[in-house]
Amino acid sequence: MSNLLSIKNLRVRFRTKSPLQAMIQKIEDPYIDAVRQVSLDIKQGETFALVGESGSGKSTLALAITGLLTAAEGQIKFMDEDVTNMTSSQIMAYRKKISFIWQNSIGSLSPRMSVGSLITEGYKIHNLKDRDIKMEADRLLKLVGLPTNIRERYAHELSGGQARRVGVARAIALDPKLIIADEPTAGLDVSVQGEILNLLNKLRDDLGVSLFVITHNLNIVRHISDRTAVMYLGRFVEQGQTDDIFAKPRHPYTLALLSANLTPYSEASLKNRIDLKGEVPSLMNRPNGCEFHTRCPFSSKHCDNEFPPIHTFDREQILTCHYPLNKN
Amino acid sequence: MSDNILRIRDLSVNYQTDRGILKALRHVDLDIPKGSIVGVVGESGCGKSTLITSIIRQLDANADIPNGLIEFEKQDLLKLSLDKMRNISGTKLSIVFQDPMSTLNPVLSIGRQMIDIQYRDKISKKIKKQRSIDMLTKVGIPDPQNQLNQYPHELSGGMQQRVSIAMALQAGPSLLIADEPTTALDATLEVQILKLLKELQEEIGCSILFVSHHLGVIAELCDHVIVMYAGEIVEQGSTYEIFNNPAHPYTVKLLECDPASISKKQRLLPTIPGEIPDLINLSGGCIFKNRCDQSIDRCDKHIPKWNEFADNHYVSCHLIES
Repeated sequence: MSNLLSIKNLRVRFRTKSPLQAMIQKIEDPYIDAVRQVSLDIKQGETFALVGESGSGKSTLALAITGLLTAAEGQIKFMDEDVTNMTSSQIMAYRKKISFIWQNSIGSLSPRMSVGSLITEGYKIHNLKDRDIKMEADRLLKLVGLPTNIRERYAHELSGGQARRVGVARAIALDPKLIIADEPTAGLDVSVQGEILNLLNKLRDDLGVSLFVITHNLNIVRHISDRTAVMYLGRFVEQGQTDDIFAKPRHPYTLALLSANLTPYSEASLKNRIDLKGEVPSLMNRPNGCEFHTRCPFSSKHCDNEFPPIHTFDREQILTCHYPLNKN
Repeated sequence: MSDNILRIRDLSVNYQTDRGILKALRHVDLDIPKGSIVGVVGESGCGKSTLITSIIRQLDANADIPNGLIEFEKQDLLKLSLDKMRNISGTKLSIVFQDPMSTLNPVLSIGRQMIDIQYRDKISKKIKKQRSIDMLTKVGIPDPQNQLNQYPHELSGGMQQRVSIAMALQAGPSLLIADEPTTALDATLEVQILKLLKELQEEIGCSILFVSHHLGVIAELCDHVIVMYAGEIVEQGSTYEIFNNPAHPYTVKLLECDPASISKKQRLLPTIPGEIPDLINLSGGCIFKNRCDQSIDRCDKHIPKWNEFADNHYVSCHLIES
């Protein structure tokens, strides 16, 4: 299978001080790196999950992929086209192939538009006049399992699960190649979470789209994704096949995340609980050496002064750590 | 029972809406024993928030309580005057909300807020400040002396929640209500906050009413669990019983469809088909009958009674009776 999306050494920076402030305060580098040295490949028809805590750069990476943020360094290739140097008309065409399911399902829908016009808005923006808007709206609603009479309703009249489905319908309207889902189950009840995940899985099988799922909920990652990356302070600390990550986490942070994952059957999880010390460091002053060493329960020599090497294990499990776990 | 800190009997809450009367809570009975942590679990719209707001007497203007008793330390909270209620809330009864950023005042420093809430105590400001520092140390905030001068937005989410826990526990309440206090936090911080709550609870000796829709969190923290569905309690019992031996069809399904409880990779996740019944046009009988796959004739007509399913484990379901 060929790569649909291929990212090499991506870096996304945000300015923290204006040029004048930086000059007065003599700050040489008035930027923070929200995403740093990120490389990933997504194949056609594959689900890739990105896991990490808030502020780790998950959403920034997603926005950079869609071209809504510009990359400071590195390369993003989508179907062998370079996204980082596109003209605005190229970007417009590119955005037809890539779509977003936003985290805040109700907030991302305009309160002044009916569901029908919300899900067909893309056709107007991209000037696709040959389609019968009303028929398309019905087709999309059926695809995501909503009754067609919902077409006349407004965002505030929808339940959380319905609004999420409308978000999915909007995302598939233009037949994209890649759907980026930012926390697709955040704020939903457990019984509805399953419905949305089943829907995403079904669309992937029926339409052949690739999915890029951003989440901090490890429980859902296991069931929907083929490959998973774990992000910490803007870097990928571990990346590999989802089964491998769950069965044999090799980076201490991955292990900690897995053990922090509370399940109703707590006796099993309590035994292997790994307590992380302290809080996520600020991006403004990244720790020296391994950036996780301030919270790592296994940190030892070299961790606080040397940047860890990149290890590659079987089946493309890649991680950066001085002392990987589960070596055998 | 004298050793219950909170005793709720037959509590119902109605909301006046344009479409008619919405029966948000119906005949709720609940006990919180002294020094224990009781968890309330249920999906959105099951009446968790209505339950909390009726305990602290902060219901919306369109709500009314047709019947019920909320007994807190031997006084019926529903019969107290608002002045007396104000003396209880914040001292003996306090609450931690879901979103720490909207609990804390953004324009006042942490120290100012922590000193302000001690307005009842006739002691010098210096002692109040020292108390605040002690409390911040207890909740694990590094360098509390300097943190007092910080503003809420300068702290991370986990730190903000620690501050709101410190403020809630400062007066040494006998009951702490925690309304989804970890929902806004990341997984690793969630574990830290739960651990903190448990430690502080043991130290102060208060009881906690912990409300969440996250089953794993409830299992981790609570001694006793109450399962709510569409405004009614359907099952209650010890945490071990509820999670290892669930009896009500709703609890069983809820546990089944939690992605966390499915350890094997599965493409098709289980769900609960159907929707929560309309609380304005209730049809009588068991509340879960429309979505229950084991319902029998009796479920349509009769409201199920409470049955003792096992030791300290009560279920409201016709299937258990027979």
